This record gives sequence, structure tokens and C-alpha cells, in this order.
Amino acid sequence: MASDTALKPPVRTLREVPHTVSPGLWALAWKRLKSDRVGMVSLAIVAVFVAMMIASGLGLIAGDWAKESGVNYAPPTFLGADIEGGTPAAPAGPAAQTAPATEYKSDVVDPLADVLAEIRGEKAPAGAEPAPAAGDAGKSVDPLADVMADIRKDAKAAAPVVAEARAPTLPLGGDKWGRDVLKKTIKGSETSIFVGLAAAAVATLLGTLFGAVAGYYGKWVDDCFNWFYSVFNSIPYLLLILAVAAVLQQKGTLTIILILGLTGWTGTFRLIRGEYLKHKAREYVQAADAIGASNVRRMFVHIFPNVSHVVLVQLSIYTVGFIKAEVILSFLGFGVPVDVVSWGSMLNEAQNELILGKWWQLASAGTAMAILVTAFSLFTDALRDALDPKLKGLAGA
Amino acid sequence: MTAYIIRRLWQMIPTMLGVILLVFILFNWVGGDPAYVLAGKISNQEQIDNIRRQLGVDQPVWVQLWIFIKQVLTADFGASWSTNEKVSNILATRLGPSLTVLGPLLVLDTLFAIGLALAVAYVRGSLTDRTVMIVCTIGLSISVLVYIIVFQYFFAYKLGWFPVQGWGNSFTENLFVFSALPILIGLVVSIAPNLRLYRTFFLDEINQDYVRTARAKGLSENRIMWIHVLRNASIPIITHLMAGLPGLLLGAFLIERFFSIPGIGREVILAVERSDFPVIKALTVYVAFATMASNLLADLMYKAADPRVQLK
Repeated sequence: MASDTALKPPVRTLREVPHTVSPGLWALAWKRLKSDRVGMVSLAIVAVFVAMMIASGLGLIAGDWAKESGVNYAPPTFLGADIEGGTPAAPAGPAAQTAPATEYKSDVVDPLADVLAEIRGEKAPAGAEPAPAAGDAGKSVDPLADVMADIRKDAKAAAPVVAEARAPTLPLGGDKWGRDVLKKTIKGSETSIFVGLAAAAVATLLGTLFGAVAGYYGKWVDDCFNWFYSVFNSIPYLLLILAVAAVLQQKGTLTIILILGLTGWTGTFRLIRGEYLKHKAREYVQAADAIGASNVRRMFVHIFPNVSHVVLVQLSIYTVGFIKAEVILSFLGFGVPVDVVSWGSMLNEAQNELILGKWWQLASAGTAMAILVTAFSLFTDALRDALDPKLKGLAGA
Repeated sequence: MTAYIIRRLWQMIPTMLGVILLVFILFNWVGGDPAYVLAGKISNQEQIDNIRRQLGVDQPVWVQLWIFIKQVLTADFGASWSTNEKVSNILATRLGPSLTVLGPLLVLDTLFAIGLALAVAYVRGSLTDRTVMIVCTIGLSISVLVYIIVFQYFFAYKLGWFPVQGWGNSFTENLFVFSALPILIGLVVSIAPNLRLYRTFFLDEINQDYVRTARAKGLSENRIMWIHVLRNASIPIITHLMAGLPGLLLGAFLIERFFSIPGIGREVILAVERSDFPVIKALTVYVAFATMASNLLADLMYKAADPRVQLK
């Protein structure tokens, strides 16, 4: 009765009142998000990072990250070339002394440097024999000269191109081989963000699919999925990831995406299952049933749009988590292969560099990641508030 | 109560079987023939056949599964593939160092996080509250790796306040000398997320009617916050703590690796690096069982924290 009387008046007023389209869920959410200043700023930062990822993926920027464009451990430009006198910031002692702060052409200096490096490189394993005058001088200033010469020899072996300009400083410094840390950070963001997004997509897709089927069909199907869920959920997430990483021998970006995606679906499953349980009994689903919509159609055409905001928030939460997880896995060497640069592998290199006082790679990778993760977390909060204003109080704004 | 516990234990059996099945499938099928992993790259067919017989992988699937179940039940996973140490021995000896670091860490973290969360929840909306929340958000975003690398470098290597890494034989030395910096780092890393979470739990309670009633009858603010609000917010806190308990065992794996602490977490990393399947299998299964047990314990603790909770 009540619903009858409630239904009739709108039908009449619809003709009298000029027709206006009321904004949908997404339009309203967008409006709320736009009024959230923190949310918009973080969205902009995330957008910059994603644009960087795409540009780097297309090879527009940082395509030559592997090029050894600076001297070994080139310090950041804002510090100047000779921040620590005596350390092998410049490749060849004499050359650096004559022109410490200016960029020089290596076709003038490098021949000598190469000979020096070769001498040092050959002398070092032979033992503590007295080196030629130049090498000796270098040694007396700097206990790491031998190590540096070794490193330099390795670098030369890797890139036999001798006649190239090597800058004494780089915008954000250089690594062990003189590769530009700025370019590595950009390239690393490509890997880390791509892995985060792709793994989040896999996990959310699986969680949504399983949750929809379990919640919609209920009964024994639900029991099966719940059993599956409790099995996955009882193994601590990290252990599960490491176990899968141990089993999958071949390393690769795809492998790490699969590891994170296949193990991470449980959180979404729980939420989506609950939503489907709630929605399947609603009138609009019964109406869909009445007009003959199939189960699949009811699940994904009728119910899904009504729970899609949950999925979107989950996707966002997962991305943050997986970016962090990828960094840790790559750091440990279980993540992306060695020829792919990621923030995790950068931190791994930086760990040893820090002991030598070369902190810039650590700072660059760490800061880039912190900025992205902060922005993404704040954006996730804003997104959740915008899509589900009821939750706002719970989040404790 | 007893009936409830028995029923819960009974319900655990399918999940336990599921965990065993999952680990079995993962290590015997997904990763290919384990004999090849053990034999390594340089090996002839004869060697591989020998290893297959030894591992039992030449048997039918059901027999293999039964072997694995027997291993789980008798806690006898044989010897590690890389060090030949007995797996049960590895688990037993690695537990101590892990607990030496994680026990104090858990206690300190819980105390600090609850105390600070209560304080910022009390002054909610103020500048202090907002500053703490911003610091937490930023602190959360910095990779755990960065904290460990920087702290280890600065406090141990540069300032020399703590040993850079290592582990001794005496418990007191381990706890106060070698664990000090790891615990400090663990605190810095874990307080930010916990503080944020507990704050929301307290905020849910702080506007309830009973708080107003307590104020109306003239109770001190301290009593209201520490007795009334804390008790009521303890259920979600217990859930959170108990859910994280087994993970905690591994959670500090990075710290253990950096500081060369011979604990469970470091053992996992080593095992994964060396493809030491028996160790990973044993750890996965037992940590999963521990998770189920701690979930049950959490439900029992609800009852203690909140008499209204009905265990069904």
C-alpha cells in the first residue's frame, strides 16, 4: 500500500516540473572530489607520476637511463663536483685536479685515465706492489682507489665506448657506474607504478569475480569460496608471496605481477561478497529477474554498477600496497630481473653506496616513492569519501 | 565455552587441509619437478632419478600428498636442502631470536600506539591532532627499507651508539645490545599505522552516550579515557593485534636480514634465496596453523573484554 501511494505522485509531477536530469553517482562523486582540495592535489601528483610512467614506457623520457653519462658516483649538481675532496668523485686524479668543477671533454682526459685505471686494475690483484707515481699519489689520498679502479674497469668493460663526455655532476647525482640517478628514478617509477597498477588490477578482478559469484549464488558455492578464502587468509600474506616467489623460478615483471595479484584478492573478495549478499535480495534485482535477465546479466549488468565504487576504492588501496610490496621484493632480489631498474633495486644499490657517503640514490628513490605513496594514499581517502560519504565519519576526518 | 572451543577446532580442520593442499600443489606442481630444483643445473638423469626416489616424487600423487601430510603431523620435514640441518631444529632455534626482538617490540608498540592514539583522539580536530596525522601519513609512505638503511647507517655506523649488526649467545646481551636498534626501527615503522588505526577506534567511542554519562556524573577525564573508552575500543584493537600476531613473526624479516639476527624471518629469506623448499613448506604450514589458533584466541579474548559478546 505504502509503496503504491509513494510511487504515484512523482509520475504526475514529472510532466509539470521541467525535466532535469539528476546527477548520477559518478557525477556527484566527482563534484565532491573536486571540492576536496587535498584530494585534488594528490590526484594531480598521482597523474604526474602516471604520465611519467607512460612517457617512460613509450621511451619518450629516460630511455637512455643505462647510459653512463656522468663520472662514477657523480654528485648532484646542487652540491658541486668536489664535495668530498680526495674521494674518487672524479675518475682520474690529475684530470680532476686541473679542472674540478667544469665539464670536460673526455677525449682530452680519458686516454690517460684509462691507462691509469688499467694499471690500477691490474696492479690491485697482484698485491701491494708499488704502483707508478700517479697511481701511488692517488692511493695515498684515497684508500678506495683500488676499488674504484676495479669498478671503473668493470664499467669500461660493460661500455667499450671510450670517447664520450662524462659530466662531473648530474642533476640528482650518479650511481656506481655514473648512470644518471634522475633517469633511473624515472625509469624505476615506470616499473614500480606499472607493477602496482597491474597487480592491483589482477587482484581486484579476481576478488570481484569470486566475491560476486560467492555472494550471488550463496549456498554451497559460497561455502566453497569461503573455504578457499580462509585457506588463503590463514597464510600470512608476506609468507605466501615469498613462497610463490620461491617456487616460480623465472624472474620477470609479469611474474611479480602474478605473484602479487594471485595472492592479494582476499580483501576485495570479502567486501564484494558482502555487497552481493546485500544487493541480490533488493527489488531492482528481482525486477531484473522478472524481465528475464540471466544470472550473469543480473550479476554484472545490474548489481555490478551499484558496487563498482567499492571496487574502485579497493583498486586504489591495492595499488599503494603493491607498490610498497614490489619495492621490498625487488630489493630482496625476488622481484623484477636485474636488467630492469625499479625503486627496490635502486634502494638495494644505495644501501652499499651509503657506507661510502653517496646518499643521493637512496634519497632520490626513497623520496620519489614517499611522494607517490603519500599522494596515492591521500587520493584513496578522498576517493572513498567522495564515493561513500557515509564513511567519512568513520575515517575520522 | 568448551563446546564452542571444540566446535571451532573442528571447523579448523578443512582449512588446515586446504593449507596443506595449497602448499603441496604450489611446491610439487606449480614450480615443476622439485627434484630438478634440488639437483640444480649440473646433474645427470641418474642423479635426478635418485633424488626423485628419495623425495617420493616418483610415487602417485596421492602417496605424495600422504607423505606430506605425515610430515606435517609428525613435524618431520627432513633436512634442509642447503645446510642439511633438520628443519624442525631450524624452526626451534630460530624462534628464540625472533621473539627476543618481536616480544618487546609488540609490547612497546601497543603501549605507545594506544597511549598516543588516546591522546590525539582526545584533542581531535586540533592542530596537534592534524599535525600528528600528517606526520603519520608521510611516515607511512616512506619505505621500510629507507628507515632501516638510514637508521642503521646513522645510529650504528656513523654514531656508533649500537652495534651495526650481530647476535650473541647471552640473552641479556641480545636483548639490550643487539636488539635495541632493531626494536627502535620496528617501533618507528609500526607506530604510524597503528596510531592512525587506533585513533579511529577511539573516535568511534568518544561520542557515545556513555562517555557523556560518565562526564555528567563527574568522572575525571583520565578515568573516562583510560577506563571507559579504552575498554570499549579494545575489541577492534584485540582483533587487529591478534590478526597481526603470526605475521609479526615474519613482519620483521627485513630487520632480521639487515641486522643478521638469526630469526625466522631471515630464515625465510635465506630459504627463498636458496630454493630450500622443506624450510619454506614447514614455515608456511605452521605459521598458517598459528594464524588459525590466534584467530580463535582473539574470539575468546573478545568475551573477556566485552561480556555482551555471545560466542556461537
